[in-house]
Amino acid sequence: MAVEIKLPTMLRVQADGQATVAIEGATVGEVFSTLVERYPGLRGNLLDDAGSLHKFVNVYKDDDDIRYLDGLETKLVDGDVLSILPAVAGGA
Amino acid sequence: MTPGRTTGKFAEPTLRLTESQYAIIIGNCYDGLPNEACGLLVGPLDDNGEPTGVISQARPCTNADASAITYTVDPRDMLGAMRAAEALGHEIVGVWHSHTHTEGYPSPTDVRQAVDPAWLYVIVSLRDHAPMLRAYRIRGAEIGEVPVELDRG
Repeated sequence: MAVEIKLPTMLRVQADGQATVAIEGATVGEVFSTLVERYPGLRGNLLDDAGSLHKFVNVYKDDDDIRYLDGLETKLVDGDVLSILPAVAGGA
Repeated sequence: MTPGRTTGKFAEPTLRLTESQYAIIIGNCYDGLPNEACGLLVGPLDDNGEPTGVISQARPCTNADASAITYTVDPRDMLGAMRAAEALGHEIVGVWHSHTHTEGYPSPTDVRQAVDPAWLYVIVSLRDHAPMLRAYRIRGAEIGEVPVELDRG
């Protein structure tokens, strides 16, 4: 089952410049494992040292934040779209 | 300009805002008071993947922090902007936020949390009687101020 992963501009350099990557996997975690295997430079941006989702990254499955689904265990079906979004923040 | 603090090494491109985009940004910053306000800028990239400085959409976003001293763009607004940009063949090319009581210069927090060296970082200071909009690029610890032009066309 292939899902489409949309990468934000600043991560594309780690993925041969691609904006979207198609990857097979039954859960977000499986897809991410394959993704960081294929593009090791993405690992530190997506996952923390414990292998959990990095706190400065938000991942949406279609319209839903996977943190409010089942996190990396969130199940995927063919044609799902995962959007990886950097946390955009700052302050005076 | 604050002399002596802008490196100028990557002080480009010129940010070109239409009058209506400028009005959207300034209005959003006042609407957000007493909290910081924020929004995303969508525009085309050049052949090197750098913003051209032209903005196709200025999109006000929710400050998920609801704070007077910090901002976080609501990820749902980020998702919406990413989709809108994709539909135009453009990208998210920058972010604006307000400084309610300080000058319009990137704070240490702004620099530390800058996500993309290609982005334009717009800061609107509401400290004085008139709003002051300035724009920067931030790479590592370096800050370069970029010119801002209002397109009255």
